[in-house]
Amino acid sequence: MASSETAPAADQRTRSLASFLRSQMRNIAPFLTLIFLSAFFAFASPSFATIDNLGNILTQVSVTGIIAVGLTFVILCAEIDLSIASIANVTGIAVAYFTLQESYVNIPNIPLPGVAAILLALLLCAALGLVNALGLTVIGIPSFIMTLAMMQIAAGISALLVRGQIAYKVPSLISTLGSGSIGGIPWIVIVAAIMLLGGHLVLTYTRFGRYVYMVGGNREAAEYSGLNVKLILSSVMVISAVCSGIGGMLGVAHFGSAQQNEFDTYLLDSIAAVVVGGTSLFGGRGGIGNTIVGLFVLGVLNNGLDHVNIDSFLKILIRGVILLAALIINVYAQHLREKAAD
Amino acid sequence: MPEGQQPILELQGITKSFGGVEALRGVDFALLPGEIHGLVGENGAGKSTLMKIIAGVHTEFSGRFLIDGQETHFRSARDAHAAGIAMVHQELSVAPDLTVAENVFLGNQPTNALGLVQWRRMAREAGEQLARFGIDVDPMSRLGDLPIGLQQLIEIARVLFSGARIVILDEPTSALSPPEVERLFTTLRRLREEGTAIVFISHFIEDILRVSDTVTVFRNGRKVAETASAATSKGALIEAMIGRGGEVLEHSYTDDLMLPRPSDSSIVLKVDQLSLARSLKDVSFEARAGEVLGIYGFMGCGQQELSRILFGKLKPDAGTLAVDGKPKTFASTAAARRAGVALVPESRRAMLFHQEPVYKNISISILDRISSLLLKPAQERDIAKRQVEQLQIRPPVVGLDLGMLSGGNQQKVALAKWLTYPPKLLVLCEPTRGMDVGAKNDVINIVRDLRAKGLAIIVLSTEPETVLSLADRILVLKRGALVREFKNEPVSKDRLLEAA
Repeated sequence: MASSETAPAADQRTRSLASFLRSQMRNIAPFLTLIFLSAFFAFASPSFATIDNLGNILTQVSVTGIIAVGLTFVILCAEIDLSIASIANVTGIAVAYFTLQESYVNIPNIPLPGVAAILLALLLCAALGLVNALGLTVIGIPSFIMTLAMMQIAAGISALLVRGQIAYKVPSLISTLGSGSIGGIPWIVIVAAIMLLGGHLVLTYTRFGRYVYMVGGNREAAEYSGLNVKLILSSVMVISAVCSGIGGMLGVAHFGSAQQNEFDTYLLDSIAAVVVGGTSLFGGRGGIGNTIVGLFVLGVLNNGLDHVNIDSFLKILIRGVILLAALIINVYAQHLREKAAD
Repeated sequence: MPEGQQPILELQGITKSFGGVEALRGVDFALLPGEIHGLVGENGAGKSTLMKIIAGVHTEFSGRFLIDGQETHFRSARDAHAAGIAMVHQELSVAPDLTVAENVFLGNQPTNALGLVQWRRMAREAGEQLARFGIDVDPMSRLGDLPIGLQQLIEIARVLFSGARIVILDEPTSALSPPEVERLFTTLRRLREEGTAIVFISHFIEDILRVSDTVTVFRNGRKVAETASAATSKGALIEAMIGRGGEVLEHSYTDDLMLPRPSDSSIVLKVDQLSLARSLKDVSFEARAGEVLGIYGFMGCGQQELSRILFGKLKPDAGTLAVDGKPKTFASTAAARRAGVALVPESRRAMLFHQEPVYKNISISILDRISSLLLKPAQERDIAKRQVEQLQIRPPVVGLDLGMLSGGNQQKVALAKWLTYPPKLLVLCEPTRGMDVGAKNDVINIVRDLRAKGLAIIVLSTEPETVLSLADRILVLKRGALVREFKNEPVSKDRLLEAA
């Protein structure tokens, strides 16, 4: 009889291991993708796996990383923010607009002291985030549509501020953080790391972070638990806009110029980083750890494709296919988890 | 029943079980053309199961099924439809974003030779059909813009005029106003004259007696009576439904129960002249500390809306709330919680996080009490452990995902959320629905403990047993209005049913 007792027990153990792996699918899959891509490029190109190139990758993903911190909060709440790149752009332009430019820059701007310029730029992005928040929670416009409108509004403000011109100067603090380095490490990487860490700490160890997960996990239940769901959703929209604004200011300093449509690619990159990392589009699952893995997957992919000899037009297609694969895993992992819970 | 007429539908010895539980046991049922046949019985007595067998929804059962004397076996609802059987389900199943005409012709729009929809013809015919029913609306208006009662009438009209020979109506009057009920009855009588056979299920026994020719009573999966409607009364039907002295499984509340003298402790909640669209009309009552107030009524009587208003999820059109004498207008559920109101809704899914561990489910409503900024997981777990022990939640593992617990234990978690820092007013909707006897008793004991601690508790239920087992004072809600208060007097299940 002993054997008939151990058999189900062993069976149960394998089953619980399998269900554990299945429930962790969304964390494991992106990590395996990262390892696979890194190994592939290291094998395919001798110039890929070097310390220098690691530095390149880190620098390349920094702006995306800063923007993705806020977006992670939004997606964890099962909302979306399509205005991140536009808000980054307008905030970068605003900080330049309030800075004294060289005489050949033909923009009727308002030079102010550096601190004031930075504060005004931050105020601008926070205000735009607040408009998103009010549209979403007070009027009840779905975030997809509300932030689509905001994308246009922010792009419009950008256009009005620079009028087709390019500004170059930003306050010295921004220019140091965006393009300077300390001990060989670019400041922008340090800022990105600090913001990612901060985002992680907030999500994991604070009451607000718990609320974000609970609202994303089951919004109705959050409301029936007496949480102020509208306030939480409003907060994440503002956080997202402010992170985008910081990314925009540092990005302008990093690129050395402020102009229209400078950040357009960052919208898809940031969403891709969050989702490829395994944060659920349905909310409540994932986090900054996932976003970091997603950032590296994108960074390694973008950087690695430059190291191998490949048709540059094909790269765009490859990126698209890998994104699709990640999305399939994301949705599939959700189904597996729901099954494991049943 | 007139002799010599061939039944249009005949069922013999129908037995149907769900996972070992018999929902129907050897039921015979016959339906004559040109007959309105009323069905009554408590929740779970087997009425709906039988109707779903007739409508081809349940296809696995034993027994004989004859249509026009021919033995038949439906494999799907489509087969039943083809045989001329149509059913209006209890829940509204309309497409709110389509026009009235599209809803009337749903899946059956008139088309021309090219397969294009003939809108003008559709609108005209829909208008004519609805006019026969006494409904005067623009067929091209969006259905969702109409009042719920009208939407329900339109859905009923669609089914009634679909050309079906057998029409089943499951609780058709719960969302209708009295004049609308009249219109429905007029139409039903006209269809009866045209030879349509109609099955009419309702909790409103007066409605059944007024419109039907024959009434069949179900209890515990058995048909216990079939009589001509003219030869019976409400009292007799209720007695047959609840089976006085019959199969008593658990406490059946058929005998009189003495309600205690009303307490004169402080008034925690005062509700004055609360109204909400079609759901509630001038509802006024008060709830006192250390008292369990039961609110009983049929499905759709406005209980759900009332509970949502008390918790700040819905805003009333008129009327006021006062907690501890202070007038309140709750802007959100968070405001209601801060004022000391707690709600456990009837659906566990609506208030629990299935993918999160038990302790996070228990702590979510009190996080602001134990942490200002940073979480204190150890303290959360301690609190959860205490609640799990006190409420005997099984398995007693606070780190387990909630989805792994049984329904009864999930219901206890839903209660536990509010108990660490007890609210002033606890509103419970259907607190024992779908529970086995043991879990039910546990919940009853928990509620009694809370009452002893001085909470004001409101229990809303559509099951008389639930209210009778818990309440010190009982209000009966009927179509959105309070119609009767039981206090300091004997009450029983039939007295409650009689009032509702």
